[in-house]
Amino acid sequence: MSLQKPLMRGLLAKRLRFHVPIAFALSMLAAVGWKYGVTEPRKQAYADFYKHYDATKEFTSMREAGVFESVRPTGE
Amino acid sequence: MYQIRRPQAEVTSNQQMALTHHENSLVPHVSLSIHPEVSEAVDMSKPMYWDRREIPLPDKRYKDILTPADKSLKEKEKGPWGQLSNEEKLALYRLSFCQTYPEMNQSSSEWKTVLAGVLYCIGLTGLVIIWQTAYVYPPTPRTFDAEWQAKQVKRMLDMRVSPIEGFAAQWDYEKGQWK
Repeated sequence: MSLQKPLMRGLLAKRLRFHVPIAFALSMLAAVGWKYGVTEPRKQAYADFYKHYDATKEFTSMREAGVFESVRPTGE
Repeated sequence: MYQIRRPQAEVTSNQQMALTHHENSLVPHVSLSIHPEVSEAVDMSKPMYWDRREIPLPDKRYKDILTPADKSLKEKEKGPWGQLSNEEKLALYRLSFCQTYPEMNQSSSEWKTVLAGVLYCIGLTGLVIIWQTAYVYPPTPRTFDAEWQAKQVKRMLDMRVSPIEGFAAQWDYEKGQWK
């Protein structure tokens, strides 16, 4: 019963050669997915919000609702 | 795992690791006259035998005290191994080791007991919590009332909390309703 000599060296290198490219690919996939799934839509949402944003109108409606402490609603 | 044997012969030699004929006593000589029911202490400073996955070759042989048959077998082991029969090889293995790897690694049904205990404790805790809510907790603060919560939501919308992607973004300010 003569068995084949088992692999004695290069075990970590072998594992890394297999796993590191996969890890790299998955990480890149995650990064690209995040960019185009989250950050780009978010930037677009902000752009759309501020395209037709009237700060004075918002301020006035907030003031009338009575949420400010520095200015009271017009009428008091 | 570890066989505790009464010492049979003291050894002068210091060799502990070699597979030579040793009547090694790994148990220090204990006087049994005073407390016969006290177990003998294991001398952890000497090499020990372990049946563990991560220790394939323990520090010492399993069987310390060899019968004359074992000793003769050990003598035969010094010669060519092809002359050993399979039974002799197995006997030599069992001299050196207590359990094989499959025997050592065999699973038990202990997990069922453990799971039962855990679920039982969780159940008991649940009962304690139920009693607690009835007899220990003070009255809930007024901020939990539906009316207060409604006023809170209205105030958050008036303040435009997270108007772009969050809370107030879900409210339609023209129609006065949720989108």
